[in-house]
Amino acid sequence: MDYAVSLSLIAPEIILGVSGLLLLLVAAWGGDKGARVISIAATIALGGAFALVAPAVCGGWSGPDTLAFGGQFRADAFAGLAKLMIFAAAGAALIVAPRFFERLGAMRAEFPILVLFATLGMSIMVSAADLITLYIGLELNSLAAYVLAAILRDDERSAEAGLKYFVLGGLASGILLFGMSLTYGFAGTTNFGGIAVAVSDGLSTGQLFGLTFVLAGLAFKISAAPFHMWTPDVYEGAPTPVTMFFASAPKVAAIALLARVSLEAFGSQSLAWQQIVIFAALLSIVIGALGAIGQQNVKRLLAYSSINNVGFILIGLATGTLAGASAMMVYLAIYVVMTVGSFVAVLLMRDAEGNPVEGISDLAGLSTTRPALAWALMALMFSLAGIPPLFGFWGKFVVFQAAVQADLIVLAAIGIAASVIGAFYYIKIVKVMFFDEPAGTVTGKGDAPHWALLLICGVLVSPLGYLLTGWLGGLADMAAASLAVAF
Amino acid sequence: MIGIEHYVVVSSIIFVIGVLGIFLNRKNIIIILMAIELILLSVNLNLVAFSAYLGDLTGQIFAMFVLTVAAAEAAIGLAILVIYFRNRGTIAVDDVNRMKG
Repeated sequence: MDYAVSLSLIAPEIILGVSGLLLLLVAAWGGDKGARVISIAATIALGGAFALVAPAVCGGWSGPDTLAFGGQFRADAFAGLAKLMIFAAAGAALIVAPRFFERLGAMRAEFPILVLFATLGMSIMVSAADLITLYIGLELNSLAAYVLAAILRDDERSAEAGLKYFVLGGLASGILLFGMSLTYGFAGTTNFGGIAVAVSDGLSTGQLFGLTFVLAGLAFKISAAPFHMWTPDVYEGAPTPVTMFFASAPKVAAIALLARVSLEAFGSQSLAWQQIVIFAALLSIVIGALGAIGQQNVKRLLAYSSINNVGFILIGLATGTLAGASAMMVYLAIYVVMTVGSFVAVLLMRDAEGNPVEGISDLAGLSTTRPALAWALMALMFSLAGIPPLFGFWGKFVVFQAAVQADLIVLAAIGIAASVIGAFYYIKIVKVMFFDEPAGTVTGKGDAPHWALLLICGVLVSPLGYLLTGWLGGLADMAAASLAVAF
Repeated sequence: MIGIEHYVVVSSIIFVIGVLGIFLNRKNIIIILMAIELILLSVNLNLVAFSAYLGDLTGQIFAMFVLTVAAAEAAIGLAILVIYFRNRGTIAVDDVNRMKG
């Protein structure tokens, strides 16, 4: 493959990397005064990368032409669609963050730069076609994320969140890496295509161990049960814009990566990993639903909600079919919108002085004090619960449809039953907002960019979102078809 | 004669020691950092042994990448530990409980 062609295939990553490095210089010279400008420049860089990725998604790029650097990197439609979601989520985090941090007097110039580098890492992750590329992308994302979690240096909870994320993230990387070393040793190559050839006539014990460790490491990164313990603490402790970023973009990247590893490298041995994925999916749905009951902190509740949603996304992957991968991408897109919307609503919860409040009891009677926020939050909660008129239902519908088509009827039935349990705590929030005596805590004004973002997310999850189903489904189908699956 | 299986057994033992070091250690966070380092070293041993066994350079290149990233990871871990210590004045594992979980 010609070097120039390879470079043109990684153009979005080059934009992110170069602008991150340049902005780092600006930050070194200008200090925290330039934070606002750097934030805007980083958002523009993300927009540029977004525009460069779009043709790959709309054109449904696939096949060997999308391979860059001798099969290390793959810029196909699947990676492209995941990148669009990642860039959009990162952009949303950059838009809401400056107001939040300026209020605390802690807007640092390195924040947008770390977000850019984390995004670059995720972008490499979803395009990885080789275990080494996968590892580099994953670590670039994780290392930036550890620092982001601890970015409020003087806040005890933020520092503790960073520490916990670091320790458990380091353990996850170690497990993943151990699995990759076994896979390399027993398959003789680190390339996904090469691994697919090596495992095409059955897994040896060593390869099975490698696969299991790799799946366990990735399950940590997507916070699927039983590797979810870090999620509630990190989500609660990290500053809200950072939590919003963690709950949206890295999930997309890690799930897309998980799908690529399972379908491209181990696609012919789907029976071996299907059981693991089904187990993780069911456990995530149940733990996400049960753990959320009794939570007092909104961010903690949303953390369990994200564990729950990851379970539904994994059902799509557990089918092991292209229809399942497509359903998974549709769910992911809807999930990103719902998550960003919910966290923006949390950002808008302010007391009279403008300090953030996070307790569920503080939401009491919100419908009389802040009706717009209450209605938006209600739409988002019903959407997360998957109640039909709202768009969140569509994501669950396509995933269950794929599961039924793949004869995983029991899995689909348990999933639907658990989603009813999950609906309990979403509806509890709505009950607190609409039927409890006003607590009078959430009285502060919000900022215009936050309201704008909440409005966009609100419209997308509202029944108007169904206008997009054909378009979104088409893109997801093309993305899934571009996977170089070895069945 | 020392064969590939010896290397894999040793690296698996080191890996398990590292994982146990994270879960059983109830004293000091620095020890957790050392345990993470131990895990990464066991992986490197694996990669280099497989690379020599297969006569394929990829594993050694991979090990170089792992070493580099491990250094960066240790730097970031210690930096986070420093800001944590400044806030709390302790780095005992049992005191990392500002949030339940």
